[in-house]
Amino acid sequence: MTEFKATSPARSLDNAVQDHFIPAEAPFSTVVKKGQILRIEDSYGQQAIDTLFYNATDFSERYSSQDTMREQGAAYISTGTKIISNEGRIMLTMVADSCGRHDTSAGACSCESNTVRFGHATKYLHACRDNFVLEVSKHGMSKRDVVSNINFFMNVPIEPSGEMTIVDGISAPGDFVELKAEMDVLLVISNCPQINNPCNGFDPTPARVMVWDGEA
Amino acid sequence: MHIRRSAEEIAANRARYEEHQKKGLNFAPKALPGKSALPAPDLDDKTIVHREVIPGGWYWSTRVKALETLRVHLTHGFSTVSLIAWNAADPVERLNLPDTVKMQWTTGLGKGRVIFSDMGKVMFSITEDSSGAHDCLMGGSTAASNARKYAGSNSAATRNSRDNFVLMATKAGLSKRDIPASFALFAPVRVDAEGRFQWKPELLNQGDYVDLRAEMDMIVGFSNCPHPLDPNASYAPNPVTIARLAASEPAADDLCRTATAEAVRGFENNAFAAL
Repeated sequence: MTEFKATSPARSLDNAVQDHFIPAEAPFSTVVKKGQILRIEDSYGQQAIDTLFYNATDFSERYSSQDTMREQGAAYISTGTKIISNEGRIMLTMVADSCGRHDTSAGACSCESNTVRFGHATKYLHACRDNFVLEVSKHGMSKRDVVSNINFFMNVPIEPSGEMTIVDGISAPGDFVELKAEMDVLLVISNCPQINNPCNGFDPTPARVMVWDGEA
Repeated sequence: MHIRRSAEEIAANRARYEEHQKKGLNFAPKALPGKSALPAPDLDDKTIVHREVIPGGWYWSTRVKALETLRVHLTHGFSTVSLIAWNAADPVERLNLPDTVKMQWTTGLGKGRVIFSDMGKVMFSITEDSSGAHDCLMGGSTAASNARKYAGSNSAATRNSRDNFVLMATKAGLSKRDIPASFALFAPVRVDAEGRFQWKPELLNQGDYVDLRAEMDMIVGFSNCPHPLDPNASYAPNPVTIARLAASEPAADDLCRTATAEAVRGFENNAFAAL
């Protein structure tokens, strides 16, 4: 773990209204209220944190990678990105990013896609889509609700030729993103268990989620 | 307390990844052939199961059986056609573009590539493709993107892909929860070094076409609406012709089934699921 880096005098370790330790490879979910600030921290560095958002009062409205990319006219996510729903509404706005670039094109790993990518011998390894399915099931949803996600702290450059490959993460221990909720949202995370590519430095590690009330 | 993996285990997994990466980026084992020649070869009437002309702005969905082919053909001038698909036997299995692009190490889909479901299975083989100019990232238009782009137009005159997908999903007994990220055919979108999207009209040709061979029984939906990046300031999608062609058995050395290690393993998953 690393020293806490504040982005505002209004937010400290002492006044967070939520503070969660997410073990390596684990799923997680919580509700973030409109106006609150959500911090997702890559505590050890080079850890992909697969993330979905749902409108907390109507789960059929959820994160849309294509709407988010279209609205900003660009593929990567960073400070200023508006997280857009399938109804075209702003769910959250990214207000701080100590890392610089995050992916929303490459999706979540799964047992099934691992067989295609890395061979059938990799089928029985823990994977993000299983984490997502288990976590959304707690909220009455199913696999059909697991849509294309954000991969915070995952580095997937896309070349002008179209070539894309997952390369070493650029996040350092303690790097974080902060998002301001523009509606009540259900946050669902899979702290990525992948050990077949560099998205987690081949060594998945814990993450941290904190929430503060908005500044009055 | 979190226990880290050993340096030996990390190094072994990295070496295995780099081997996959090298093969994937170097088109092993087969080189892809480039674009299909134009004009599109004439179809034998006997092979046509059905032919549909989708008017500009409209949608169409069809059931398709494994090994049938859907030819999407710009017979009336330029249009962009967005596509989604579900496994007919289990619609919870559906088109998955993030898996499709990362598994094949490219967002540049064209002849010889395949399109995957979320279950590691192949839904389509791209057996012919005259442009390779498609968009796997941004997807189609929405009411909001059209309202901004065609300010002053009435929304009924500027139909959009998102609403078209809601309509076709609902008519198939599904709902907006079931709409996956869509694949836009004839949308020449590329990204620059900063990740900004660029429209590259020089990649398009008169009379472009794509042949998509179904690799499982599916419900396939098409929306014929202008792409959000299409620079044409007026809303002017042309009709598009889609021909559903009778099933034919691929040859043993079929390009799409043998071109990459990833496709081979995807088809192994299809074969196992079909037992």
